[in-house]
Amino acid sequence: MSERIHAITVPKWGMAMDAGTVTGWHVAEGQSVAAGQDVLDVESTKIANAIEAKVDGTLRRIVGQVGDTLPVGGLLGVVAAPDVPDAEIDAFVAGFVVAPDDGEGEGGPRTRTVVADGRAIRVQETGAGEETVVLVHGFGGDLNGWLFVQPALATTRRVVALDLPGHGGSTMDVGGAGVAALARVLEATLDALGVERAHLVGHSLGGAVCLVAAGRASALTLIASASLGPAINGAYIEAFLAAERRKEMAAALGALFADPALVTRPMAEDVLKAKRIDGAQAALRAIAAACFPAGRQADDLRGRLAGLRIPAQLIWGLADRVIPVAHAEGLPAAVAVHRLDAGHMPHMERAADVARLIAALGS
Amino acid sequence: MARILSYRQALSEAFRQEMERDPTIIMLGEDIAGGKGAPGDQDAWGGDMGITKGLIGRFGEARVIDTPISESAFIGAAVGAATCGLRPVVELMFVDFMGVCFDQIFNQAAKFRYMFGGKARTPVVIRTQIGAGYRAAAQHSQCLYPLFTHIPGLKCVVPSTPYDAKGLFMTAVRDDDPVVFFEHKLLYDKAKGDVPEAPYTIPFGEAAIVRDGKDVTIVALARMVHFAQDVATDLAKEGIDVEIVDPRTISPLDEETILDSVAKTGRLVVVDEAYPRCGMAADIASLVAEHAFDDLKAPIRKVTPPHTPVPFAPELEDAFIPSRARIADAVRSVMRA
Repeated sequence: MSERIHAITVPKWGMAMDAGTVTGWHVAEGQSVAAGQDVLDVESTKIANAIEAKVDGTLRRIVGQVGDTLPVGGLLGVVAAPDVPDAEIDAFVAGFVVAPDDGEGEGGPRTRTVVADGRAIRVQETGAGEETVVLVHGFGGDLNGWLFVQPALATTRRVVALDLPGHGGSTMDVGGAGVAALARVLEATLDALGVERAHLVGHSLGGAVCLVAAGRASALTLIASASLGPAINGAYIEAFLAAERRKEMAAALGALFADPALVTRPMAEDVLKAKRIDGAQAALRAIAAACFPAGRQADDLRGRLAGLRIPAQLIWGLADRVIPVAHAEGLPAAVAVHRLDAGHMPHMERAADVARLIAALGS
Repeated sequence: MARILSYRQALSEAFRQEMERDPTIIMLGEDIAGGKGAPGDQDAWGGDMGITKGLIGRFGEARVIDTPISESAFIGAAVGAATCGLRPVVELMFVDFMGVCFDQIFNQAAKFRYMFGGKARTPVVIRTQIGAGYRAAAQHSQCLYPLFTHIPGLKCVVPSTPYDAKGLFMTAVRDDDPVVFFEHKLLYDKAKGDVPEAPYTIPFGEAAIVRDGKDVTIVALARMVHFAQDVATDLAKEGIDVEIVDPRTISPLDEETILDSVAKTGRLVVVDEAYPRCGMAADIASLVAEHAFDDLKAPIRKVTPPHTPVPFAPELEDAFIPSRARIADAVRSVMRA
């Protein structure tokens, strides 16, 4: 296979994804593409997202037509320099073999439960490399929320995503339930994994958790982070806690995104499935009471950013309706702030940009 | 963490986890321990389908009680125990045999809370098998859940997947009202799916949207949900986009999800393995005709067996059960209308 020919293939967004359907091409055959440019849209049974070009070149072939459903790893299109002969492109397409989708096996996500400080914590590992990136979700989320940034980061790194206590597949014993207690669990999880220091990436409540655990960080990326100011959308927290039905949850989750239409039925159902585990509701209420009492944030950790001796950055959505982007103002100059066109979930709404920023800070 | 379990494994796990959680839960039924007095393990059988296998060894004879073949007596005993503070889960092997204990269910269990002004609780779960296709003839093959749905005061659960079976059972056993829990005998091994290991509940009265679609709504229950999924996959190749709604509980019934779906698609096919007269297919068709008539682009179609006993001859039994081909034809017919 020529290094001058690059395949665009169906990505694996989460363990359950085994195929993707092409819903639209942004680029026509013969047009040039730049690395990072959105080339086409693909949807799985759970989620839809854009796929971007990995290299500069020309879109020489569209293999997956709109409406086609291909397995994970299947060939969607071919990018190459304009001077690569057509015959070579045709031979590449004809000879393309779909790599087996090994799910939990080598190369794919490896999910397991580790014991951290006596408590069961679910972790998912992808990729390998000298650098370790640890992804910590926000209130009410779980490790699956990182599915769009994981693959890009895992190409050259060890990427660990975890479920905080009270969330996903981890223990429902939240202990003290506050940010400090959750940070101790994060540190104990790093111990259990044998990770001394890592690039800690936290979203929302997970951002505050990473900031408290910054002593274990080689770099720090905080996305729409909690604990950098007093304001929080208390109505969202309450609606999330109160929602028992699919329709109520879908309505509540709308506040997370700049475009509420991004909330899908399976997304609302996955969140409800996690909330319906025995003990989850009480755990989430305890965390909300400790971290966001009476519609305000309990902790102010801005001072910790000033004392950091490691690279640090903030990523925030300009249309965030859960924690205001104004909380990114007035921070130490050494902390870069990236404001994106997104709501409270930049790592889902602007996944490629967020993955690039995380990769750039760590290197 | 979630694993792939069968409907049988999901139910067995739910029984074990709930009995561990709550010592007031007891189990009664014919042969649910099984093998008693016979050579070999005391719980060699675990019921005629092996669903309760292992329970007597773990929880003992005081909580896992093999009963004589006297349905009216042990259903009555379970109802009585429920009013006195226990949470009995009683298995009546086949719904077809339920006739001998209708008074205990229809006129006693279902009425206590109402007639004692809300002061009585009757937290009993009656588990039973439904469904044709097992070559077991007319007295072991019926669905009959419409009979119970007809009675105010009973809650009726008809799970179609392992995930729903476990979560709905846990809701049933924690509920303070009598619940009849219908298990389709052909799903025990054939239905498989992701099931979390941790205990969880699913609220009654929320339908599952099994598949999103824009052209036709199929409402289906139990084994028919799986037939509808096969049909939807085939019809997608013809460009017909089917939405499938599984009510999961038929009392209470999630009317809103059904009406919302028909408001979107404008077409309704109801598939039910129960007899057609006074059945769920007729009930759901009337619901939509009454409340969503203006949304309909085509007449409602019902796909049910004929109004006959379930035949024993295999060819006739197969013809009796709503087939994928009949469901597909009904969907195509509402698309043409």
